[in-house]
Amino acid sequence: MSSFRMNVMVCGGTGCMASDSNEVIQSFEKLIKEHGYSEEIQIVKTGCFGFCEQGPIVKIEPDNIFYVRVHPKDVEEIVKEHIIKGRKVERLLYQEPIKRERIEQHKKMPFYKKQLRIALRNCGLINPEDIYEYIAFEGYEALGKVLTSMSPMEVIETVKKAGLRGRGGGGFPTGLKWEYTRKSEGTTKYMICNADEGDPGAFMDRSILEGDPHSVIEAMVIGGYAIGAQEGIVYIRAEYPLAIERLNIAISEARKLGLLGENIFGSDFSFDIRLKYGAGAFVCGEETALINSVEGKRGEPRNKPPYPAQKGYWDRPTCVNNVETFANIPPIILKGSEWFSSIGTEKSKGTKVFALAGKVNNVGLVEVPMGTTLREIIYDIGGGILGGHKFKAVQTGGPSGGVITEKDLDTPIDYEHLMEIGSMMGSGGMIVMDETNCMVNISKFYLEFTMDESCGRCTPCRIGTKRLYEFLKKITDGKATMEDLDALKQLAYMVKDGSLCGLGQTAPNPVLSTIKYFGDEYIAHIKDKHCPTGECKALAKYSIDPENCVGCTACAKVCPVDCISGKVKETHVIDQSKCIKCGACFTACKFNAVIKP
Amino acid sequence: MQIKSIEELKKIREKSMKKVNLREHGEVSGDQVEVLVGMATCGIASGARETLNAIVDEISKEHIENVKVIQVGCIGHCHSEPIVQINVPGQKPILYGKVDDEKGREIVKKHIKNGEPLKESIIEDTFDRA
Repeated sequence: MSSFRMNVMVCGGTGCMASDSNEVIQSFEKLIKEHGYSEEIQIVKTGCFGFCEQGPIVKIEPDNIFYVRVHPKDVEEIVKEHIIKGRKVERLLYQEPIKRERIEQHKKMPFYKKQLRIALRNCGLINPEDIYEYIAFEGYEALGKVLTSMSPMEVIETVKKAGLRGRGGGGFPTGLKWEYTRKSEGTTKYMICNADEGDPGAFMDRSILEGDPHSVIEAMVIGGYAIGAQEGIVYIRAEYPLAIERLNIAISEARKLGLLGENIFGSDFSFDIRLKYGAGAFVCGEETALINSVEGKRGEPRNKPPYPAQKGYWDRPTCVNNVETFANIPPIILKGSEWFSSIGTEKSKGTKVFALAGKVNNVGLVEVPMGTTLREIIYDIGGGILGGHKFKAVQTGGPSGGVITEKDLDTPIDYEHLMEIGSMMGSGGMIVMDETNCMVNISKFYLEFTMDESCGRCTPCRIGTKRLYEFLKKITDGKATMEDLDALKQLAYMVKDGSLCGLGQTAPNPVLSTIKYFGDEYIAHIKDKHCPTGECKALAKYSIDPENCVGCTACAKVCPVDCISGKVKETHVIDQSKCIKCGACFTACKFNAVIKP
Repeated sequence: MQIKSIEELKKIREKSMKKVNLREHGEVSGDQVEVLVGMATCGIASGARETLNAIVDEISKEHIENVKVIQVGCIGHCHSEPIVQINVPGQKPILYGKVDDEKGREIVKKHIKNGEPLKESIIEDTFDRA
């Protein structure tokens, strides 16, 4: 056989692998071999499809049928029915949550309909461990074009005109950063890829590296040529073993084909890439701290200026770009800056990848044009709020961002608009919350994170975040006063103004934005000693409604500390002094008699 | 092997296309031809698998792009299996009966490549679809 008649694409992203996609692949291989179809059917392990909620994903081409939640047990049915007989397996098709319709093609699913995939273009389409598949989809053509027909300044101009901005969160124009590094004095320069993705809940960079590592490698070589560097370094956290493995494979395959190394494409330009593992400190996402870490020093930020473009790695001009930023470069070179700048809003061009998480039906990775509204992302792509609950807020920008409420849901998303409504783009984490989430608790969660991750270099951040956390703890414990709330606000502004780097400067954002939009919740905790959502355990006070209680004893049976007393068919009572607020009685009661605070 | 020019890269790309040509990506151009092969029990029993593989092989040999070969369930003419349906955009679908591997290759060469249907093998569609 000179070619296969069918491709079975199985997701090999971290999300799907955690739900046994490796076993799914093995059983496909085994069964297809057993039935004697190995010559006709190709099984491909791909990168992330983005629809992690529904994993493991299996897509069959050319039929273009998209199966979701495929358990290793289901493989036999797919092989016998679909692969051998051409009958699709209805029960494994995606079911739309509202109309309950089964949808067989991914393009028709609301989750994919509004997406435009530029950075994620090859994720779920190619085998990331096979350089030839990347080449088949125009891989390394942008590099060839750059090295054989463009001057470094032409490359920089193209990226500048495209309007690409840093996807790591800062939003600094990429072309300008390249230009500054190119114009800095010195013969030895460095190109660094920032793959130290640290926001809780964000995983877009990991998915790009796992699903399409060559796009980042190709772009780093292009960037290296533009700025005049011979060496590239990928700073990647050691917690991303799969991304590291695939990057290593990709780098060695690229070297074999001469796409990394000496005289690439027969030009006199040479470039090579190595990896540097990070220990997973959040602060190392900040570029100067990252550079310190690459040099083998403690991951602490430096004063700016001088900027890395002037004095970076070993005091030499260095350009640090994020993974997603790099992934956009090859299409810009091939399709042109006008194509790219036609997508998006006035000041933010192109698309942005978001990691959609929290209380939303379709958790996953989505890439949308800039200017898409939050409502479209949460309700159309995300499929609405989980379990029919009510939308309360969405948190963007991770620990550096803020919350966005119902009234701002129709804001078009771009760097400027998100800043205007008191949040930020950040690296693209998007956490949806419903009415059961306590906002004080949420800001406490983020402060605990930044407190832990503060590197300790500057006092406002080291001590400030700790004190902020203590105030929040006091509020959720019901021990705070209104003076504490004022002090909390004042301190938040001090930490913002006084900190050395972005970590401290943005750490108070979750506190300030939750106070702004949900001030009444803070006051309820302080004045009424009451948590409106019941999430803060110290303030919870479960009680039994004598009207509804039928004396079934269900609550008393599940209580782990035996603090519910009462005889059969008589009203039960909770002993508040012994209650540990676990909520087991609330869950157990079938008569709505247990009142949740 | 080291790639030293764009031409060499393009050669490697052409070779690699075969591995991925079944996969849908980006915009689909409007002139894609669909080849449907009936692969129900009766189809398989009459040798539809061999037909299907022959068609895929021939398409690849003739370097025809823009053709999608899909296996489908029972088309309903079990007496004439293996059945192959050719959908050319903008034209009425054409149904062929008793397509063995040789005839499959002929369909690719004559009908898909040159636009000349094999009149003697066409079977009439006797029903309308809802």
